[in-house]
This record gives sequence, C-alpha cells and structure tokens, in this order.
Amino acid sequence: MADVKQPGRLVVDRATKPVMPRYLKLRHDPGRDRWVLLAPERILTPDNIAVSVLKLCNGESTVDDIAAKLAEEYSAPVDVITADVVELLQDMADKGYIKG
Amino acid sequence: MTEDLKIDGHVDAIAVDDEPTTGVIGSADESAMLCAVAPVGLLAELTHRCPLQCPYCSNPVELESVKNELSTEEWCSVMRQAGEMGILQVHLSGGEPTARKDLEEIIKAAADAGLYTNLITAAVNLKRERLEKLQELGLDHVQISVQDVDPAGADRIGAFKNALEKKLEVAHWVTELGMPLTINAPIHRHNIHNVPRYLDLAVELGAQRIEIAHAQYYGWAYLNRAALIPTYEETVSSIEYVEAARERLKGVLTIDMVVPDYYAKRPKPCMGGWGKGFMNITPAGKVLPCHAAESIPELHFDTVRDKKLLDIWMDSEAFNAFRGTDWMKEPCKSCAFREVDYGGCRCQAMAITKDPRNTDPACSLSPYHSEMVKLAKAEAAKPATEFVYRNTRNAAQVGKAHGEPLVPAE
Repeated sequence: MADVKQPGRLVVDRATKPVMPRYLKLRHDPGRDRWVLLAPERILTPDNIAVSVLKLCNGESTVDDIAAKLAEEYSAPVDVITADVVELLQDMADKGYIKG
Repeated sequence: MTEDLKIDGHVDAIAVDDEPTTGVIGSADESAMLCAVAPVGLLAELTHRCPLQCPYCSNPVELESVKNELSTEEWCSVMRQAGEMGILQVHLSGGEPTARKDLEEIIKAAADAGLYTNLITAAVNLKRERLEKLQELGLDHVQISVQDVDPAGADRIGAFKNALEKKLEVAHWVTELGMPLTINAPIHRHNIHNVPRYLDLAVELGAQRIEIAHAQYYGWAYLNRAALIPTYEETVSSIEYVEAARERLKGVLTIDMVVPDYYAKRPKPCMGGWGKGFMNITPAGKVLPCHAAESIPELHFDTVRDKKLLDIWMDSEAFNAFRGTDWMKEPCKSCAFREVDYGGCRCQAMAITKDPRNTDPACSLSPYHSEMVKLAKAEAAKPATEFVYRNTRNAAQVGKAHGEPLVPAE
C-alpha cells in the first residue's frame, strides 16, 4: 500500500522537503531527561536518532540532504541512512506529524 | 488511543508514562513506585457552566455552582505546579471553559509552565477576536464538540438553537489561524448512522483529528442510557466503518475511537490505570483520578486549596485507593490481564454492582456481564426514552438516586 498515492497523503521520497507542522512541539522534558514531541492528545517520545531527523525537518532540506548530514554525523553508509529516514518520515507522515 | 502507536521503532507514543520523574520520589513498595511516575495529562474542568445541555455530559450529575469555582490565581497556581511536577499536557474543559472570563490568564499560565494546551469547547459563544487572543497567549490545540452533522439533530441533542452553524464557523477560524483542530463526535443511537458524514466533515474542515466517542454510560449518560444506547449491530457496523476509514485516511485525518464497552468482551484500562497517568481537577479544585470518580461514595478527595498538587498525587487516599493491583478481588486478582486493563472502570463497577472493587461488568469474566449486556440490548431494542437534559434543575431532581444494582449471575 505504501506507494499508492491517496488524496492528501504525503508519500515521502528522496526529494521530499519534510516539515513538522508548527503546532507540534519538540521539547526536552527535564524531569525525565528525554525528548518529547507534543501533539494534539498525543505525547511521543522520539529516540536520539528520531530527534536528529526531526530537528533537520525545516521544510527546506530534502530527505537526501538530511540523510547526507546524518551519514556524516554518524559515519554510516548514506544509502542505509536514506532508507531509514524515508521509513521513519513516512510513518510520521501517516500519523499526521510530518508534512511535505 | 486505540491505534497502533509505535512508529518505526524510533518513536513511541505514550498515554501513561513509565519513566520515574525527578523530584517525584517513590519508595520500594508497589503503590509508592507508581506515584513516583508523574502523570502526563491533566484535565482541568474550569467550570460546570455550559450553554449546552447534552444528555450524555461527562460532568457529574451533581453540578458545581459558580460560587465555589477556583479563582484565577488558584487556577494559575495549578498550572505552575503541574509544569513543575512533570505534567506535559493540560486539557482545559468544563462545562464550557470559555464561560470563564479569565481563560486568557489561565492559558497564559499554562503555556508559561511549558504545558501543551488543549481547549475543549462547545464553541457556540466563542468570538474570533478571543480565539486569536488565546492563540497569541499560547493556546496549542482546539477541540470542538459536534452533537450531530444534521442541524436539527444537533439543536435537539444540545438543546441549543443553530449550534452547528456556529460551531462550523469557529472550526474554520481554528484552521485559518493555523491551529490544529479536533472534532469531537459523541456517538449514540440518534447519530450513529452519521459516523461516515462526521468523517467527511472533519476532512472537509481540514481537521487534524476526530474523536468518534461512543457515549460512556456513567453520570448523565447512565441516567439517559435507554435514550442513547445503540443496538449491538449498529455499533459493530460503525466500528467496522471507522476501522476501514482509518486506512483510507492515513496521513490525512487521525481517527481516535472510544468504543461502547457494554458490547465489549474485555474492559478498557480506564485512564490507563487508576492514578497512573492522569489527574482531573473539578471547578472547585477537588483532585480526582478520573472525571467520574465522585460517583464512588467511599472516596475522599483532597483539593488544591488545601494541598500541593504533587502531594495529592502521591499521598491522597483517593489516588491510592485503586492504584496498582493490591485492591483487587477475584476474578481480577489472579487474572493474566490484571496489569493490562486494571480490572476496567471503577466507576462502572460502582454504578452497576454497587462495589467499586468488583470487576468492571464490561469484562466477560464479571458475573454481572451477561445481565448488563442483556439490559443494554433490551433498551436498545425499544424506542428511545425522552432525554433527561443536563441542567441544574434536573441535577437537583435526580440527586444521587441511581436505581437498584443488577443481580449477578449464579
């Protein structure tokens, strides 16, 4: 189903310029020493990798740009990172947390 | 929160937290360990005043009068304390929260405390300038209740003229201002056939989320059960429709569904476990583990006028009464699901069996279950009774007389 284009649904690919809607709040939760993503009636706890990705979702960088940055930061193969980022962002988009 | 919430292994969604929180100190025994986990959500019922009179209102039957409401400063202090103790989201509800003239100050205090703020409103008296002001002060999310997608149905259910038109106007303002919008759809026998149209409406409005919230039969809805409960067949087919729509609307609309547990086999883990993740504060400042907890007569509730919110969370008799599993009786006590559903809803056990320690009769293992289902099906098969509207006159008349308990199976 993942590549079926549906009205209004973002299908994430390497050229997508992902952005978090401004009503989502990525905050550090000091009491529990972790990151939280606050959304309507939802509290998400992204791990460090997801936080790194989300911080780069500025609506200007493409998925390729984001993957290149992370590949450098984590000294990891860029094709592996790209696949991971696409999967993560598609999942986030399907739940309404990422727009393109 | 019924959907699969795990995202690609990197992001978890939580309803109830399991992380101990700095500054919230527990000890080795089980219930103290549970208090050491700060709640993530706070429901603030700012007032019981409301322009609508919906017969399934989640407020207690005994409504709080305006003269007992917390002051502006008391609510602002609650927000500051909530932020300090690790609460992450506050739901500003009522009654109708916009009936408070000081909503601006309360929202500002909540936002300053770092809380994600949700306004849960009927929206019939909200002006655009006020909404803009609330957004400026830090309001993050607006939830609007829609009693029916048919104007006549909406007017009749809420006992308020032209409610739908006004609500839709406010809904458009919310999305125009770039705020996320949730449509709350309370479902019962008079509008269950409109579930597909509710979803269409939410998409058309550009809502981020919809709650298909089947009436939960406590308080006012319990009094009105014979007027509200849909048939088993209608319920099942509406649930199937929503499940299919969820797949179709992936990435477009988040759909949350609260199902009517009368027709379920397993009970809901009410509030994610008693005293585990949520607090509810009444207009007069009483702190409750859930919004219906006052229906359990043996509980005593502390108020924010007398004690710190954190102390109430950790030490109050009401929060500790049903925390964890020590309080359970059979069949819960030895049940493999005891830490999955926590025996279900204490208030429903109270309403139906008159003992809050009994298994929620929504559970098929409860000896009361088959009686409850039989009763529900019999009521749904008959013509709907008249509504007992939620207003102070009816509250005074009904009082606490809640009928006789069911008889358990042998």
